[in-house]
Amino acid sequence: MAEKEYAYFSGCSLEGTAKEYDTSFRLVMKTLGVTLTEPEDWSCCGSTPAHTVDHVFAAALAARNLAIVEKMNIGTLTTPCPSCLMAFKKAHLGMTEDEAFKDQVNELLDEPYEGGVISKSSLQIIYEDVGLEKIAEKVTHALPDLKVAAYYGCIMNRPPDVAQFDDPENPVAMDRVISALGVEVRDYAFKTECCGAAFGVPKRAMVNELTYKVLSMAVDAGANCIAVACPLCQQNLDLRQEQVNRAMGASFNIPVLYFTQIMGLAYGYSPKELDMDKLVVSAGPLIKTRIPIAEYRAMKEAEAAAAKKTPKAREAKEAAKTEES
Amino acid sequence: MRVGVFICHCGNNIAGTVDVARVAAEMRKLPGVVYATNYMYTCSEPGQEEIKQAIKKENLDRIVVAACSPRMHENTFRKTIEKAGLNRYFLEMANIREHISWIGEDKELNTAKAIDAVKMAVAKVMKNKPLYSSSFKVNKRVMVIGGGVAGMQAALDCADGGLDVVLVEKSPSIGGMMARLDKTFPTIDCSICILGPKMVDVAQHEKIKLHAYSEIDEIKGYVGNYQVKVRKKATYVDWTKCTGCGACMEKCPTRNAYDNFNFGVAPTRAINIPFPQAIPKKAKIDPAFCRQFTKGKCGVCAKICPTGAINYEMQDEIVTEDVGAIIVATGYGLFDLDKFPEYGAGRYPDVITGIQYERILNASGPTSGHILRPSDQTEPKTIVFVSCAGSRDKSLGVPYCSNFCCMYIAKQAILTKDHVPDSQSYVFYMDIRSPGKGYDEFTRRAQEDYGVKYIRGRVSRIYPKGKKMVVRGADTLLGTQVEVEADLVVLATAVVSAPGAAGMAEKLHISYDTFGFYVESHPKLRPVETNTSGVFLAGACQGPKDIPASVGQGSAAASKVQALFSKDMLESDPAIAQVNTNACVGCLKCVRTCPFQAIKEEELRNGKKVAKVIETVCAGCGVCTSTCPCGAIQLQHFTDNQLLAEVNAICQG
Repeated sequence: MAEKEYAYFSGCSLEGTAKEYDTSFRLVMKTLGVTLTEPEDWSCCGSTPAHTVDHVFAAALAARNLAIVEKMNIGTLTTPCPSCLMAFKKAHLGMTEDEAFKDQVNELLDEPYEGGVISKSSLQIIYEDVGLEKIAEKVTHALPDLKVAAYYGCIMNRPPDVAQFDDPENPVAMDRVISALGVEVRDYAFKTECCGAAFGVPKRAMVNELTYKVLSMAVDAGANCIAVACPLCQQNLDLRQEQVNRAMGASFNIPVLYFTQIMGLAYGYSPKELDMDKLVVSAGPLIKTRIPIAEYRAMKEAEAAAAKKTPKAREAKEAAKTEES
Repeated sequence: MRVGVFICHCGNNIAGTVDVARVAAEMRKLPGVVYATNYMYTCSEPGQEEIKQAIKKENLDRIVVAACSPRMHENTFRKTIEKAGLNRYFLEMANIREHISWIGEDKELNTAKAIDAVKMAVAKVMKNKPLYSSSFKVNKRVMVIGGGVAGMQAALDCADGGLDVVLVEKSPSIGGMMARLDKTFPTIDCSICILGPKMVDVAQHEKIKLHAYSEIDEIKGYVGNYQVKVRKKATYVDWTKCTGCGACMEKCPTRNAYDNFNFGVAPTRAINIPFPQAIPKKAKIDPAFCRQFTKGKCGVCAKICPTGAINYEMQDEIVTEDVGAIIVATGYGLFDLDKFPEYGAGRYPDVITGIQYERILNASGPTSGHILRPSDQTEPKTIVFVSCAGSRDKSLGVPYCSNFCCMYIAKQAILTKDHVPDSQSYVFYMDIRSPGKGYDEFTRRAQEDYGVKYIRGRVSRIYPKGKKMVVRGADTLLGTQVEVEADLVVLATAVVSAPGAAGMAEKLHISYDTFGFYVESHPKLRPVETNTSGVFLAGACQGPKDIPASVGQGSAAASKVQALFSKDMLESDPAIAQVNTNACVGCLKCVRTCPFQAIKEEELRNGKKVAKVIETVCAGCGVCTSTCPCGAIQLQHFTDNQLLAEVNAICQG
């Protein structure tokens, strides 16, 4: 029996360019015993184009979906896409805090939205509602070669009074989720730095520069892959990586995975099930070394025992190493 | 009863939006009013003269002045009628300026409201009774709370004037923030060299009694007669025996205690003397770190101390000091780095605060005055200063300017160049605020003679890149984004009220603003007085202030105390609560609600228990009157009958 249930708004990206995010998120939720119910007849969240034109119209697009969810009596909506999330949160806040705005928006809708839906990102429900303990419990496989830089993007945690989740400048939720899987995480300073977002089309040079900065910061921190929670971030960092290399004279070859894909790998799903082949920069070599957790633990124990037996040898080895460097 | 009413024009302040002549005419119609007039400036000398003449000519025995707030001129007019032979409490003021003319523009409505207000005053004055103040003795001893430069100045000025002074300091040594500064602007004087002699004067002055490492537990009493409970915190070292030799500090095995004096730039020992010039120069144990307290065994200092001064069993001690006035000089606090997540929130060792940098610059600081950055103890070559770190930022709850950061940044940049000649300093600033004698010239010198690069704009992010800290900000003059790769970043963090400022204000019964700074009686004309008689302010507890301003206020507060103490007796205000013992049922609810502990239980000769007001302690707030279930306590000059007469005056007309 499912312990938790959410209305699941996947959004347009997850039906197309970010299909693997949708696939992996659904699998992970299955493992964690969470039921996702897709609202019937959901439509565009409004996203960026709508709110640059008209706030009432933008809110109406989002609120149409919220009104559908409200009727489902589930209470909480979850969406993996930060852009959808912002659209829902802004519409909800605007309508619950300002009666006149609410009336304006509801005027445009067939069914009014009364303010009864809480929207949370998929990262938030995993981190807060499921919890680190449960996340760790379900792990079946170790990923010993992964060194992950968690990249949150600009709007997962900001603006803080709308997002109301984690730290707006130094978020830690994704880092902790990945750590809970037993995967190594590298701390770095550009977790919320802008990737260039949708400017990849009109201002490609600018996006190249911004993406370059994020990628090099992650590499400098010793990461060999990046975890993301946003379809647009993934696209800029992964799809455009070759473009960045050409424009900036770099030679990045760093896979950019959805954090749910990393979770899926740790929960034993095959790369194929997790649509790993949809990534432009292949994560193949990094995840090839994945082994069942029991085997991994036994291996580590054997290593530790061996090291204990010959501490002097190890010391000598280390001394030789430092001399070399 | 013959009431006279005087309506003031206050130039155009009142007459501009109130028909004063009509108000006077309306008053003449009231029973009991035998004289009513309007006048340009009633508070002026001819205005007051007119009141006196009218009292004589018309044989008036009650006076109403309708003018500004009684807070402005009630005293003026009370003296006026007293000179004409009336009891000063036969005066009522109707506030038709602040309450009426200044807040409404409709002359018709204003006039109607003014008529009502004056009617109320007339109704009340007819119920007024003559009251007489009694006088009480003043204890000519003053307490100064806070031993920073402002408090020290106040203490020295009072003591030099012959007053006995009790100086209470929270930390183990006096000296405050100034003792931590390396140099002072704009003269680059060595801070401790000019402060040290003052500290010694305080220590040696026979009129000054110093309670160091002590806090205020409780304050009771009233102007002229305060009783203050001072908690002398346990130092675990008998200061009568400690010679300040420092042997204990040298041998203490705990090397990771937090150093309050150095703002944590480097750790200190669990037993320590804060700095070489400390006064008193005595050791103190920090039980949070001392092994004797955390692990239950060690005792190294007790073994090493040549005078046997260590006492691990020591307890806090409470002493009561009786004083007649209190000068509050509790100083300020500073924002912590954790307020700035975009600057690393304290995670980056090479992003430090201005006061920490001050300690690094200082010869008696943890780096012996060599500029070494905390992460790897190397000499930084590129230093970035960020002004307004928190200041003038509404989102952080500090909309005000912290007053002295622009100046100390310029000073620190100059000193940096002196210490490391091949260094380059950058300053990100919003505005350069240097309005003081020699101040603007000083900030100019930093730019022109020391080559400090000033970038006008705010810093959006600080992040590490290799061994460098990258400071990213806007250059709003060039209209571009800039990034500076720095070795060390110094944040001029916002000045905030001292920790515990609000609690202290409540003990003192003085007001404080939204930010915890203490409120003076008048922002221009009574800058060191508070609304609680006998309590004065000095230094940054009233608002961010540099050294000259703090010293000036210290002296000002001292002179106010001298003036207060120039009289042997003070007059008490007779407008206080009084118990009608016949009506009192002895429930003593009033005793529990009185915020000033001014009511006690009394047994009458017939054995009946009743409430009794201690006249000198009662502040006349009236809380007891509204608490009393049988109307037995009445606040003189504001009795139920007087207030009801006012209500009737507007409800019946």
